Amino acid sequence: MLEIIDLHASVDDKPILKGLNLQIRPGEVHAIMGPNGSGKSTLSHVLAGRPGYDVRGSVRFNGQDLLDLAPEERAWAGLFLAFQYPVEIPGVSNTNFMRSALNQVRNQRGLSALEAGDFLKIMREKAALVQLDPSFLSRPVNLGFSGGEKKRNEIFQMAMLDPRLAILDETDSGLDIDALRIVAEGVQKLRREDNSFLVITHYQRLLDHLKPDIVHVLMDGKIIRTGDHTLALELEEKGYDWLKAKFV
Amino acid sequence: MRVDHTDPVPVVNDKPEEDVLLNKWAEQDYEFGFISNIEQDIVPKGLSEEVIRWISAHKEEPSWLLDWRLKAYRHWLTMPSPQWAHLEIPAIDFQNISYYAAPKANAKLNSLDELDPEIKSTYDKLGIPLEEQLILAGVAVDAVLDSVSVVTTYKEKLAEKGIIFCSFSEAVREHPELVRKHLGKVVPYTDNYYAALNSAVFSDGSFVYIPKGVRCPMELSTYFRINAAGTGQFERTLIVADDEAYVSYLEGCTAPKRDENQLHAAVVELVALNRSEIRYATVQNWYPGDANGIGGIYNFVTKRGICQGVSSKISWTQVETGSAITWKYPSVVLLGDRSTGEFYSVALAARAQQADTGTKMIHICKDTTRRIVSKGISAGRGQNAYRGLVKVRESATNARNYSQCDSLLMGDRCGAHTYPYFEINCPDAQVEHEATTSKIEEDLLYYCQQRGLPTEEAIALIVNGYAKEVLDKLPMEFAVEARKLLAISLEGSVG
Ligand SMILES: Nc1ncnc2c1ncn2[C@@H]1O[C@H](COP(=O)(O)OP(=O)(O)OP(=O)(O)O)[C@@H](O)[C@H]1O
Ligand SMILES: [Mg+2]
Repeated sequence: MLEIIDLHASVDDKPILKGLNLQIRPGEVHAIMGPNGSGKSTLSHVLAGRPGYDVRGSVRFNGQDLLDLAPEERAWAGLFLAFQYPVEIPGVSNTNFMRSALNQVRNQRGLSALEAGDFLKIMREKAALVQLDPSFLSRPVNLGFSGGEKKRNEIFQMAMLDPRLAILDETDSGLDIDALRIVAEGVQKLRREDNSFLVITHYQRLLDHLKPDIVHVLMDGKIIRTGDHTLALELEEKGYDWLKAKFV
Repeated sequence: MRVDHTDPVPVVNDKPEEDVLLNKWAEQDYEFGFISNIEQDIVPKGLSEEVIRWISAHKEEPSWLLDWRLKAYRHWLTMPSPQWAHLEIPAIDFQNISYYAAPKANAKLNSLDELDPEIKSTYDKLGIPLEEQLILAGVAVDAVLDSVSVVTTYKEKLAEKGIIFCSFSEAVREHPELVRKHLGKVVPYTDNYYAALNSAVFSDGSFVYIPKGVRCPMELSTYFRINAAGTGQFERTLIVADDEAYVSYLEGCTAPKRDENQLHAAVVELVALNRSEIRYATVQNWYPGDANGIGGIYNFVTKRGICQGVSSKISWTQVETGSAITWKYPSVVLLGDRSTGEFYSVALAARAQQADTGTKMIHICKDTTRRIVSKGISAGRGQNAYRGLVKVRESATNARNYSQCDSLLMGDRCGAHTYPYFEINCPDAQVEHEATTSKIEEDLLYYCQQRGLPTEEAIALIVNGYAKEVLDKLPMEFAVEARKLLAISLEGSVG
């Protein structure tokens, strides 16, 4: 699914990712944990194609060279990023936004555009999946949404676009306890043998729900430790200092 | 009294080229640039009393109208051309313009079947179906090609309600008393340079009269099309809503792609009597010229409405995407007590386009309300100026005036300028003015792209969202059209 080899990224000559390696196979859920400022969001943006980074290294995504693609081409290839800080779009309703996006993605995947009725049906289904109140569908994208509502809206969009690989950047931060469970259950329902998730988080709670196959620790721009879900428990207990002492 | 406004200082986008994306404003093909092969009657180029007499005679006008034209012409000769707008207007050679062009064989048509097939296909290409049975959602259409009105649809149906909707020429013939009563009363020929010129040489346009107590049952609309080369278009529209009447009117404009500049100097007069309402919407897509500023229409238009009756209302909505230069300030004079004026505008200046637009509102009587929402979009080397004058006379107690004026800049070679003017002579007036200038944030674009939208589609979506408040004021079918136009006008502009 995804193979990252020796990935470097810098902004204004400041190195942030410093030789990162990661491999994700179809059907897997990976978690990335790591201290603030270690480069987790940078990794997600470099994968999604945000402009402004100097990038070196190789990233293969389902046989394509991901770094050669424009952001929208990465989306068409099945990459989705749930933003840590979702952006507001004044005057554009969630419905309109998703219809444009979904029809574009379908078109690129060789599917026909959806009839209005079919689209609305899918939209209601997916909104129900993450228990997003339908009133949010007619509101401008993220405008005036609370922090938690924005996160839930990201997962709704993910459900709509049916990606092959979804990167969730701290989607759990800002969610209340019930919302966290709902979002986690939503993600569980979307899991299939042919899609994968990369979940960036600081907390054990989401991982309790999601039961990741593999947990990584990202520190100072590199993955310094990889393990199973018990690694997350160990981090919860000990923090990052013991790893720092050992590896940096 | 509260005045809350920014100084009339130009806001110019001086950001360094931070995103190459938004800078590469290439030229997008103008969809309506075709030239139709229609036999024309064109008066030789040049402007003189002889030409005016010829036009008037050709149209078999009464002598009072010829006199009025000649007065306007003599007055025009004494006027300097206006220089105050934020525009670079190349000198116009008024002797090098033909003031009248009409399709040949424009004898009165009895039915649409008699229309020149080439004219019909011109309008088909524009997507304006003239066949009445094809007209969806009950839109009555008047089509003006170059100088004359070609056909007016749905006339009989409207006549049953006493509504008059016809070409200006026909109104002069059939309803001279109504025309004479109102012509030049809202925009006198002395008003300004281009209004004087129009009054001297205007050739056709639309006329609407809604009788007392009648709600016009369908949208009325006029499509203006410049086809002939070397001509100007000088049309005149007059709409009168009698007591308790209501009408919604829309005009659309296109022109062929030519390297020469063509002049369009129109006058629109609206008269709203007691408790009546006029909604006037414009979707203007005259040929804008190419990326280097070659060709395009000079759109110098005087539009004004007078809320003459108590509790009357006039609302202007405009989507201005075309023209090389736009110079236009739809205004409302609030003469009746408790009258309301509104102005909703989206003006786009891409390529090398220049737009200087805005509104004037003059509060004369008491309890009058004015609301203004202006959304400017500048791209490429486009220059967009908003100019708004608020005048509150001493007599206008309890006047309320709210203006919001937003500018969106795309790339670093365009400009946005805001010039608010206030003349407040009544101490209890509430006047609010807000202005913002913004750019499309790179992160907003990236977010849309991450969801699978290519840059152009993302920009179209964002721009339509930005203009939504104004677009929502348009009748449904036209809002869809206007959205497409905005998207098309910005296409090829990025990437
Ligand atoms: N555009 C930028 N300009 C300068 N520094 C940047 C930029 N983007 C990221 N950085 C820096 O790179 C480092 C990594 O940032 P990043 O957002 O990837 O961290 P993170 O691991 O996601 O942190 P958090 O857990 O707080 O979300 C930080 O020190 C940050 O300040
Ligand atoms: Mg982060």
